[in-house]
Formats: sequence, structure tokens, C-alpha cells
Amino acid sequence: MMFAPAPFLLKDASVSQVMIQVCVALIPGIAAYASLVGPAILVQLVIATFAALLAEAVMLKVRGKPLVLFLTDGSAIVTAWLIALTFPPLAPWWLVATGTVFAIVVAKHLYGGLGQNPFNPAMVAFAVCIVAFPALMSQWPSVGLKLGLIDQMNIILGWTPRVDALSGATPLDAMKTALKLGDSSFDISTLLANQDIYGNFAGRGWEWVAAGYLLGGLWLWQRKLITWHVPVAFIGSMATISGALWLYNPAQFASPLFHLLSGGAMLGAFFIATDPVSGCTTPRGKLIFGAGAGLLAYIIRVFGGYPDGVAFAVLLMNLSAPVIDLLSQPPIFGMKDKA
Amino acid sequence: MLMNLFKFKGGVKPPSNKLQSNHLPIAQAPLPARLVVPLHQSIGGTPRPIVAAGDHVLKGQMIGEADGWISAAVHAPTSGTVIEVAMHVRPHPSGLDSLCVVIEPDGKDEWIARTPIDHKAAAPADVFHHLQQCGIVGLGGAGFPAHGKLTPSKGVAMDELIINGAECEPFITCDDLLMRERADEVVRGIAVFRDLLQPKKVLIGIEDNKPEAIAAMQVAVDAQKEPFSVVAVPTLYPAGGAKQLIRVLTGKEVPGSMRSTADMGVQVFNVGTAYSAWRAIAHGEPLISRILTITGNVHAPRNYEVLIGTPMDELLALAQPHPDTDGIVMGGPMMGFLVPDVHAPVVKTTNCLIAHDDRLFPPKAPEMPCIRCGACARACPHELQPFELYWFSRAKNFGKTQEYNIFDCIECGCCSYVCPSRIPLVQYFRFAKSEIWAREREKNAADQAKARFEFKQLREEREKAEKAEKLAKAAAAQAAKKAAEAAAAAASPASEGEAPASAVAEAAPAPVAVDAEKAAKMATIQAAMERAKAQREAAQPKNTDALKAAQQKEIDEIEARRQAAHLSEPPPVAPASEKTE
Repeated sequence: MMFAPAPFLLKDASVSQVMIQVCVALIPGIAAYASLVGPAILVQLVIATFAALLAEAVMLKVRGKPLVLFLTDGSAIVTAWLIALTFPPLAPWWLVATGTVFAIVVAKHLYGGLGQNPFNPAMVAFAVCIVAFPALMSQWPSVGLKLGLIDQMNIILGWTPRVDALSGATPLDAMKTALKLGDSSFDISTLLANQDIYGNFAGRGWEWVAAGYLLGGLWLWQRKLITWHVPVAFIGSMATISGALWLYNPAQFASPLFHLLSGGAMLGAFFIATDPVSGCTTPRGKLIFGAGAGLLAYIIRVFGGYPDGVAFAVLLMNLSAPVIDLLSQPPIFGMKDKA
Repeated sequence: MLMNLFKFKGGVKPPSNKLQSNHLPIAQAPLPARLVVPLHQSIGGTPRPIVAAGDHVLKGQMIGEADGWISAAVHAPTSGTVIEVAMHVRPHPSGLDSLCVVIEPDGKDEWIARTPIDHKAAAPADVFHHLQQCGIVGLGGAGFPAHGKLTPSKGVAMDELIINGAECEPFITCDDLLMRERADEVVRGIAVFRDLLQPKKVLIGIEDNKPEAIAAMQVAVDAQKEPFSVVAVPTLYPAGGAKQLIRVLTGKEVPGSMRSTADMGVQVFNVGTAYSAWRAIAHGEPLISRILTITGNVHAPRNYEVLIGTPMDELLALAQPHPDTDGIVMGGPMMGFLVPDVHAPVVKTTNCLIAHDDRLFPPKAPEMPCIRCGACARACPHELQPFELYWFSRAKNFGKTQEYNIFDCIECGCCSYVCPSRIPLVQYFRFAKSEIWAREREKNAADQAKARFEFKQLREEREKAEKAEKLAKAAAAQAAKKAAEAAAAAASPASEGEAPASAVAEAAPAPVAVDAEKAAKMATIQAAMERAKAQREAAQPKNTDALKAAQQKEIDEIEARRQAAHLSEPPPVAPASEKTE
């Protein structure tokens, strides 16, 4: 007698479908990024994907899990892509590979594999690498440095020496460095007007990358793969604190728009803080999680020592997620007036 | 009918698959060669068989009588001969056998005398009895005896009577066809329920994918000038769940922990129940047949009126199943189950048979780990957190599953339906629930044993105390009597006996009171010894009655020898005292 429990009808859904859609949603942002920094980012995506699948395969083998089933679930690729998109595009290949392998081996599989990791693996990789290799993790190509695929690959693979001209800073970092010089005559409006790394609102070209992530994120929301709670809370809290400080002193604090379109804000709001495995799951919990991540990201990027704060903010909120979930259980059907 | 509808959270929209079976009118299934009628077909007790092998039964004759209030009679679906009353497989996922009456039809289909009842003239209790005797149970799925739901809760006004024609499960169309073809009798049945419950409003909820049924019901309601509202509700599984339909039509949310929806002034009946109740009231017809959808991997899906007890495989043959059919699903594809034996009979709650094959219901992809995506929580109509329940069930952390309200789960299958990791969530929840039930049963049994033991101890102590008290009283009385005698003796020589008598009387009770306990114990032992002695004495003559002189002499000699050898010591006293009381 065969045994098959109800329901017999199942929606056409799978983990790989979820992951593939997340990858698809990243494409507009990747396209804008590639047009900003050149094909290097695509090279990094390939390196990260390759490293992730290799590490995943080895770990699955070690853990005695079905290889094909889990290799094709796409979760490793999502992690790989998020790493490639958060690391400097001209970082040496081994840096991206190390980060990715660390994410898959330690942050994912040593914690129990798919669905079990308490921390977002990509953000663990970012945090580990920025602590271990702070210089390399802060070398961003200067805007206007137009190199072809071959030149960029040579730099990534270490066949060309990493010249100083390659190592610029992100718009966020540049602003922080400039403000920290302590020149009182110096303010943000002149900075935005005079430095050519800035565009209309934030970093030149970076605005478009952020817009690309926003577009992909909205598509994920429309596909019901994410809910509105985390992005809205993330963006809302970052806009609120940056807006308040900006109103208080516009010369020293950048506008909310600058912050939302800089660094990992949009990627974090729609793709990283929304990671269901390491994030909150209840509607109220998601609001708290998103708001906390947005707030911490702002504080770390403005007052902390790192160029951006999204990774640490998300990791800190990952830590709190189980407790937030526990305390934010929604009332169930029929029990709303009792709660 | 325009009215303000409410929404319930969650729900899914599986492909309805209803068009295959709803385009043909209801057909009459042929008389099978053998009917196997299970006695237990409803929630509640198991009816007692009142026929035996060899009996001739008429169509509609009672073969199992209700064994309590929540129980409903069972009847012979046709005339014929009872072959046996024996254990046969029942249509249940367990595949266990249950007591069934097996009838060989004689082909005459000869009715027993039927007695209708005028429900308006009769007392409600008589109407309930009539419905129970006619075996009317809920035909929507659970099979709760209908009469048990026809009394309002104490102190709660009955606001709404809801008639469930939603039929939200895919594939099933038996209620749809019933409403299309027999709307008039359904509405009359609803009127009976209305007369008994006296609700303020009657709402008939039908999913909006059944326009013909909605129209037919509206026509019937208008024709009978009843103030019932026929309401088209949005098609969203599980809108036909009682609590979901109540929510949609009234906005009320009946908590899962509330046993009866009547406690919130609302009661729900399935359209099929209303129909069969009307047949019972107006025609005296017991529930011996029902409408059943036969669909799935078959050539000719259709609805049939079938006799209860007809083997499922015979019915499936009517619809000409395709050769690759590998099983029968009873019920819908969301909550139904593969019957463990295709020969299992149709029962009162069988609303649909689906021929199963891998093309229609592809084998499930391998189960992946939960990624906490929350799709299940968004789909849950009871707003539970299925993935949390899943973690706790898996970890056998049953206390936590209860904290997360596992018993509010109605097992509708929405969570399993949407899960991208293909986790059979409902299975985990059934497992957790049955484990909790089993543990509770064990705990109850242990508690009962403990209570029994403690009560026994308590009783023994109380008896001991009572005995001691009695003996103490006796001892005191004895002492008082002795004291009084002594006083009298002392007083008799003296002319004025007041003072010494009172002195003795004062002196005597004091030691008695102090030594009461000791005296009681002593008295107990004494009494027991005396009793034992008396018994021995009473018993001994029996054994030595009517002895001949020679025998007596022999015995005396033996006794003497024994005495010499110290063998005839008296038996120990203490155990005897325990036993004699």
C-alpha cells in the first residue's frame, strides 16, 4: 500500500525557484553596477559562484547529504552573489574566494546547513574579510577609471600590480574621511558639488546601482517572496535618523537620500535583511528587525570606523532575531481581542 | 444578494478541477451485490447492532441503534438478508477494521413503513429523537450527529444560522449538484433547522465558482418566500471550513479552543445535511444514501446517488478509471486520504472518490530543510506559525507546540500546499497531536491510578480512626461503668455519698482520657484476639462434630503429642485482626 499524505495537490514551488528568483531580482542592480565599474563585477560573480559551489559540494559530501538535490537548490549561488556584490569589484580573486568559502563552510554548513544558519553567510564573509583584510576591503576603483575586461581580470587575478590609482574609496568612505579631517570650513554641500565621485544625490553611478536593487526588490515583493515589512522598516528607520541629523546640521550630516542611495543600503534593505533564515519571521518581528538594521547601519557608517555598516547591523540583528520572534508572536484566529 | 463580507487571512487557490464532474446530472448508482454498512459512521458512540446473520431486513430498517446522545442510528440501505455482523475494513487512513453489517440485497428494494414527523407540532425533543433515529449526521465531512447541533447554547442568543454550500475543496461537486437539482428540498430542510434554532438570520454561503447552484438556491428561497440570504462568497480554499465561512459571512472569529460555534451565537450545517434532514422529517426516510462525486483519473467523471455501504471500487468502475489508476482518494485532494483498501465501503461522510495516479497528483519532490520563508504562515487560515510548529514537532517539543496553538490547526493543508521545501507539514502536526493525546491518556490513567491509591489509603486510615474511636468510646464507657460501680460500692456504706462519688468520677475519667489512645489500641488487640478465639472456637467444633469416641481419643492423643512438642501454638493474632474487620 502506497502512502502519501494529503494534500495531494501542491503549488508549483521549490527552494531553487525561490533562490533563482532572488538571483533574477539582483540582475538590474548588477547591470547598473557593471556599467559603473566595468566587467570586473561579472568576473567576481563567476569566481564567487565557482567557489561557493565547490565549497558546498565538499561540505555536502562531508556531511553525507544528497549532492545534486542541495547543489541545485541555488542557495549557495545567492550567498556567492551577495558576497561578490558587497566586496570591492577589483579585490583579488582569492579574497572573494576566501570570503565565499568561509561563508559556505563555516557560516552555513558548520551551523547545520540550509535553513539552520543563525547569521547571514554573506555578511559573515564580509565582516570576517573586513576585519582580516581591512586594506584590500577598502580599495575601490576610482570613478572614471575605465579599464577593459582584460585589464580588470589581470588586476583581480594578481597578474598586474595593484597600483594606487586603482584604490579609491566609496563615496561614503570619501565623505567620512573628508569630514574627519576636521576642516571647519568644509561642508557637505561643497563636497557634493566639487568632488566628481558624487552625482546628484549620492555617489555618481552608485545612485543607479541602488535604483537597480530597489527595482529588483520591488519585484521580489510583487512576487510575494518578501513582504514589505523589512524593507519599509529598514528604509524608514535609516531615513528617520539621517533626516533628523541632517535637519539638525546639514553641513555635517548627509541627507537621507544620500544615505539610502549609498553603500549597501538598498541591497541590505531588500536582499540581505530580508533573508528569512537568519531574520525575523513574524510581521512585527520583521518591522523591528528592519528598523534595527537600518538604524545600526546608519550609526556604524556615520559614527563607526568602517566605511559601511550594513553587514554589522544585519549580523547584530541576526543575533536578536530569535528573541524578537519569540516576543512578537501574532495573535491567532479567534484570539485577537484576548491578546 | 449584496452584503458586506469579511475576509479571513491566508488561504490558497488550488486549481478547482470541478468542471470535469459538474456538467452531468446526478445519476443513480446500481445496486451492488453486497453492502457493507459500518456501524460507526459519525462522531460519537458506535451504534449497537440490532440485527443478526440470517435476518431479513427492509430498506430503511434500523440495523444499529444509537448508543447515546452523540450517536446516530444506522439503517439497511436496501432490502435483503444480513449475511454477517463482523469486522471489515473501514474507509479510514488507519486501515483498521470496524464492526459492519453485511447485507446481500434481494433486489426488491422494499421499503419499511416510513413515519414522517410534523416538526412544527412536535416537541423539539421528539424532533431530535426522530433525526437521531433516522441517522442524520453532518454530511460536510465530520459527521457530527445533526440533532446535537440543533439546540442553542445556554444564555447565548442564536444570531446566525449558516448553511454551508461553499464546497471549497477542489474536484468535489456533490453539493453543487445537490443545490442545482434539489434546491427546493434543501431550502425546506434549512427551514426546519431555522424553526428549531430560531436564529435572527439565515445565511447560505456558496463559493462564487458555482453560479448555477447560487441561482437555483435563490429561486428556491424566493419560491418559498423564506427570508434566507443566498450569499456568493469569494472562492478561496478553505472558505468552506466552518470557522472560515462564519468569519466571511458574519465577521465573527470562533476560537479554535471553543468547542461549539453556538457559544458565539452561530451554527453551521452543510447543504447535504439540510437535504437529508428534510427527507427524514417529511418522508420518514433515514439516511441510507448520499450524493458522491466520482472523478480524477477516470474517463467519465460524474456525481452519483449511492447507497451507504457500496464498495468503493465498484463505484469507481462506473466512471471508467484509466488503467494507470493506482489508488482511490476519499474526500478532496487537500484533506482527503488514500483509502487503505479499495473495497472499503462508502459511508455517510464520503463526499468524493478521486481515482489517483501520478499524472494527476505527481509524487512529491524530496523534502528539503525549512528555510523559514514564512509562506506557510501567510497561507494559514488560522494565523498560526506552521514553520515554528514544524520545528517543535520535529524536536518532539510538544509543550511548545501547544504554546504555539497546535490544536487550532484544522489540518486544511494550506501550509503543505505552499511550502517550497515540500515539507509535509500537516503530517508533522498530526503526529504531534496524536503524541500529545497519547501522553494525555497515559497521564490521565496514571492520575486515576494515583487518585485511586490515595483514596484507598485515605479510606483505610479513616476506617482505622473510626474503629479506634469506637473502641475508645467503649473503653471509656467500660471505665466509667467500673468507676460508677466503685463509687456505688464506696457510697453504699456512707450516708452522704456525694463527695467521694464525685471524687472517684473526677479521678477516673482523667487516666482514661490520657490513655485513651493506648487503651484503644489495647482494646483493638484484645477485641481482635477475642474474635479470633471465638472464631477458632466456632470453627473447631465444625471439624470435630460428631466424632466417634475412638476418633476423639485418637485426636486427643495427637493433641497431647503436639502439645508436648509445642506445635499447637495459637495462630498469630495481628493478621487475623486485619482480616476480620
